[in-house]
Amino acid sequence: MTEVTRMTAAELAAKIHAGELSAVEVTQAHLDRIAKVDDQVRAFLHVDAEGALETARKVDEDIAAGRPPASPLAGVPLALKDVLTTKGVPTTCGSKTLEGWIPPYDSTVRRKLREADVVVLGKTNMDEFAMGSSTENSAFGPTHNPWDTTRVPGGSGGGSAASLAAFEAPLAIGTDTGGSIRQPAAVTGTVGVKPTYGSVSRYGLVAFSSSLDQAGPCARTVLDAALLHEIIAGHDPLDSTSIDAPVPPVVAAAKQGLDGDLSGVRVGVVKEFQGEGYQPGVLRSFEAAVQQLRDLGAEIVEVSCPHFVYALPAYYLINPSECSSNLARFDAMRYGLRVGDDGTRSAEEVMALSREAGFGAEVKRRIMIGTYALSAGYYDAYYGSAQKVRTLIIRDFESAYEKVDVLVSPTTPTTAFKLGERVDDPMAMYRADLCTIPANLAGNAALSVPSGLSDDDGLPVGLQVMAPALADDRMYRVAAAYEKARDAATGRGVLDQIPEL
Amino acid sequence: MTAATLLPYDEVLERFDPVLGLEVHVELNTRTKMFCGCVNEFGGEPNTHVCPTCLGLPGALPVVNGKAVESAIRIGLALNCTIAEWCRFARKNYFYPDMPKNFQTSQYDEPIAYDGYLDVMLDDGEVFRVGIERAHMEEDTGKSVHVGGATGRIHGAEHSLLDYNRAGVPLIEIVTKPIEGAGARAPEVARAYVTALRELMLALGVSDVRMDQGSMRCDANVSLRPKGQQEFGTRTETKNVNSLRSVERAVRYEMQRQAAVLAGGGTVVQETRHFQEADGTTSPGRPKETSEDYRYFPEPDLVPVAPSREWVEELRKTLPEPPWKRRKRIQEEWQLTDEELRDLFNTGAVDLVAATVDAGAPVDEARSWWVQFLTQQANARGVELADLAITPKQVARVIELIAEGKLTNKLGRQVVEAVLDGEGEPDEVIEARGLKVVSDDAELSRIVDEALAAQPDVVEKIRGGKVQAAGAIVGAVMKATRGQADAKRVRELVLERCK
Repeated sequence: MTEVTRMTAAELAAKIHAGELSAVEVTQAHLDRIAKVDDQVRAFLHVDAEGALETARKVDEDIAAGRPPASPLAGVPLALKDVLTTKGVPTTCGSKTLEGWIPPYDSTVRRKLREADVVVLGKTNMDEFAMGSSTENSAFGPTHNPWDTTRVPGGSGGGSAASLAAFEAPLAIGTDTGGSIRQPAAVTGTVGVKPTYGSVSRYGLVAFSSSLDQAGPCARTVLDAALLHEIIAGHDPLDSTSIDAPVPPVVAAAKQGLDGDLSGVRVGVVKEFQGEGYQPGVLRSFEAAVQQLRDLGAEIVEVSCPHFVYALPAYYLINPSECSSNLARFDAMRYGLRVGDDGTRSAEEVMALSREAGFGAEVKRRIMIGTYALSAGYYDAYYGSAQKVRTLIIRDFESAYEKVDVLVSPTTPTTAFKLGERVDDPMAMYRADLCTIPANLAGNAALSVPSGLSDDDGLPVGLQVMAPALADDRMYRVAAAYEKARDAATGRGVLDQIPEL
Repeated sequence: MTAATLLPYDEVLERFDPVLGLEVHVELNTRTKMFCGCVNEFGGEPNTHVCPTCLGLPGALPVVNGKAVESAIRIGLALNCTIAEWCRFARKNYFYPDMPKNFQTSQYDEPIAYDGYLDVMLDDGEVFRVGIERAHMEEDTGKSVHVGGATGRIHGAEHSLLDYNRAGVPLIEIVTKPIEGAGARAPEVARAYVTALRELMLALGVSDVRMDQGSMRCDANVSLRPKGQQEFGTRTETKNVNSLRSVERAVRYEMQRQAAVLAGGGTVVQETRHFQEADGTTSPGRPKETSEDYRYFPEPDLVPVAPSREWVEELRKTLPEPPWKRRKRIQEEWQLTDEELRDLFNTGAVDLVAATVDAGAPVDEARSWWVQFLTQQANARGVELADLAITPKQVARVIELIAEGKLTNKLGRQVVEAVLDGEGEPDEVIEARGLKVVSDDAELSRIVDEALAAQPDVVEKIRGGKVQAAGAIVGAVMKATRGQADAKRVRELVLERCK
C-alpha cells in the first residue's frame, strides 16, 4: 500500500470512510511527517496536534457508529494558511504585529472545515499579511521549497503549497490576492485554485486587499482541489461581497475531465503572456501543455488581451491603497504588539512606535504607496486611473470569453528562484505575479496545475487555466483532463519526481 | 485664557452678514448596529455590546443594516431630498483610538439622499426654508473617557478608557446648504432648524434625538462676510453644542467674536471650536498644522446600495406631517398665541400635552402642567421632560381630581411630586398620604373662626373695606389644614364672617 502521506485526499477519504484507515492514524502519520521534515521546509507556523486528533477521533467514532461522514473529506488532514482566523488557535498573518493573538472567532472557511470534519493540522507560513511572492516576508522566517530547499516556495501562500509538496498535508487552504495560491502551486508542483471572487467567504480572512482577496483550495490533484472547493464555497450572509448563487459543480467537472475528452472546448492562449522575460524552459513546458490540450480535442485559439500589460501597475495601486486602510486597525490599542507604552507617551506615539516595530519592510512599503495613492490631489491620477484599467481588463476578459471557454497561460514567468535572490528588488518580486493578477482584478476564476518540470532546471512549472466568473467548473474540467494526459505521457506524477527530503 | 472680545450684536449686523452651515448627526434607534448584529442601546456596561465586526477585529466584515437604510431613506424623503438610485459607502481614514478600524465607514460623494430642504417656523410664525445639501449614512465611533484631567478632556488626562458599545451605531449626518439671508435671526434660525429636525425625527420614529445623550449632535459652521460681499468669509466649526438653546447661543457668540476679530483688522482662523455650556463661549480646539486628508475611497467590503423606486415610493407614504405644518395645525386647534406655541415646543412638551389631552384633560390645563410645573421638575431633577416618571394619563388624572374639587392646585402639585418620586398612582398617593380637600364646612368654619380670633387687627382691616387683607387669614387657614382646604371656599367663609 502507498504510504499514507503520499495518498490523495480522495484516496484517504475513501479508505477512512470504508474503515480501512482510521482518521487518527492518518492524522498521526501527517503529524509525524511534519515532525520529521518541517525543520527543513518550515511550512507551519503553528501545529495544532491536539485539535487535529480531536477531529480525527470524532470522525472515527462516527464511522464506528455507522453514522455517515460529515462530508466527502471528513477525516482528511489539511493545512490552513495563517491569514484565516481560528478560534482559540493563534493567527499571526506572518506578522510580529499579531504574534500571540488568539482570535475569539472562527473564519467562515474554518467553520465550514469544522462542520465538514476536515482535520486542520495547523497554520501555515506566509508572507506578512500575504504581501509577497516568496514567503520571505514572513516575520517568522521563510519557508523552503521542498524541491530544492535553497529556493523559495512562492508566496504569499508558500507554507500551504510547500506542505503539500513535502507530503505534510494532502490538502491546504490558501488565499489569492494577486496570485498567492497559484504562483506557489506552480513553483512547488501542486494544484492551486483561486475561485471566482465572492464564492468563498472572506469573513475571518484578515483583509489585505478586500476587492481582490479570495480564499481557495490547494491540493496535489485537481479532483482533490475540487472536493475541497465544494466544502469551502457558498454564500455567506456575513460577507456582503459573497455571491448568492449555487456553487458551480466543480467535482462533477473534474470527474468529467478525467474522461480525457476536451472536444468542443475552446481554449484561448493569451498572446501577451509569452516571450521576453519568460524562462525558456517555462515557455517550452507551456507549449507542450497546449499541444496536449489540442491532443485531447480542445480547439486552441490565440487571444489578445491588450490591457493585461497594465494589470501589474494597476494592481500595485489598488492593492496598496486598500492595504493602507485595512491595516490601519493594527494600532496596538485593542490587540497585538504594543511598543513604547511606558506611561509617558501618548496613544498616538504608541501607535506609531508599535506600527514601526510590528510591520516588516514590504508591508510598510505598501502602506506608504497606498496612503500616497489615496491622498487628496493624487486619488484620480492613481487610484482612479487604476480602477479604469481594471474596467478595461474586465472588458478584455469579456471579449476573450466570447471567443473561448477558458484561457491559458504560464502561471508564473519562471520556476522557483533562490532564497534571497529578489528580496532587494521589489519589482522583480512583483513580476512573479504578472500572469496571475488579471484574474484577480476581474474577479474571475483561475487555477494553476503543474505542467511538468522545466527542461532547463528540472523544477516544476505551472499551467494557468482561467474561466469566467462563476464558471469555475470549466477550468476544473480542462485541468483534470490535462493532468491525466500529462501523467499518462510521462508514466508518473509530477510530485513522484520530487527529491526525498 | 482671556475671554475673546465681542462686538455688540447690533453692530455685528450693521457691518456683517452671517452665513451658517449646520451639520447634524442623528443616531438611529434601530434594534441593531449599522454593520453587525450587536444591540444598539445607549449605555450598558462598557464593551458589552460588541462583536468582532464592531471591534474591528482582523478578518471581520460589515453587513449593512437594512432597517438603517430604510430610516435613511425616510429621513431623506422627509427632508424633500432626492434618493440616490445607486450609492456606495466610503472609508474615511484617520487614526483615533475610539475608532476600531481606524477608518469610519461613511458615505462620501455618493450620499443616499441629497438636494432637499426643510421649512422651519420661527418664533413669530414666519416660515424659513433651510436648504439640505445631503443626508448620508455612517457608523458612530466608540467613546473615549479621559481620566485624571480636570475637564474630562484629553489634555492633562492621566489615562483614557475606551468603550466600544457605541462603535458602529447607525448615524445619519444631515448637512445644510449654506444658510444665507437670515441676518439678525441667524441664531434663531439655527435653533429653529435643529428644533424642527428633532421634531421630524421624533415624528418619523427613527431616533430618540436626545441631545443630552448624544443621539443628536450638532456642529455649527459660522462665517461672516462684509455686507454686500458675495463670497463667503472664513468659517469656524463649533462642536459640543448639546442643546437647542446652545445652538442659538453658540451661533450668536461666534458671530460676535468673529465680528470683533474682523472689525479689529484681524482674520478669522479656520478651525474647530468647542462650545462651553457654562458660560456660552467657544474656545479653539487643538490647532491643526495641516488640513486633515481622510483619503476617502469606496468601501470594498460592501456592495452598493440601490433602493428600488417602488420601495422608495412605499416609504414616501409613511411620512409624517412636516414640522411647521404641524405647528400651524396645533396652534389653530389649541388656539395658542405665538408665545404659547413657542413655549410648548421649546420645552419639548407638545407630544406629552397631546397625550394628556387624549387622556381626557382640557388643553389649557394639560399645557400648563407640562410647560410650567413639570418642566421645572425636569430641570430640577436633571432629566428630559419625557423622562420624568409620570405618564400623561397620570397627569390627566390629577387635573381631573382638581376639576372635581377633590384636590387643590397645591395638593395636585404634591401628588405629582409624589408620583415622580415613585410613590405610585395619584389615587394611591392621596390614599397613602391622607391628602384630601377639607370640604366639611363645619370643620372649615371652626378653623376659620380660630384664625379670625387670632388676628383681630386683620378682621378690622377687612371690615374697613380692605378686602385683600383676607389673604392673611386664608393663608393661616391653609397652613392650619396643611394645604388641604379649598382656598376659594376659605376666602368665601372669611368674607362672610367679616361682613
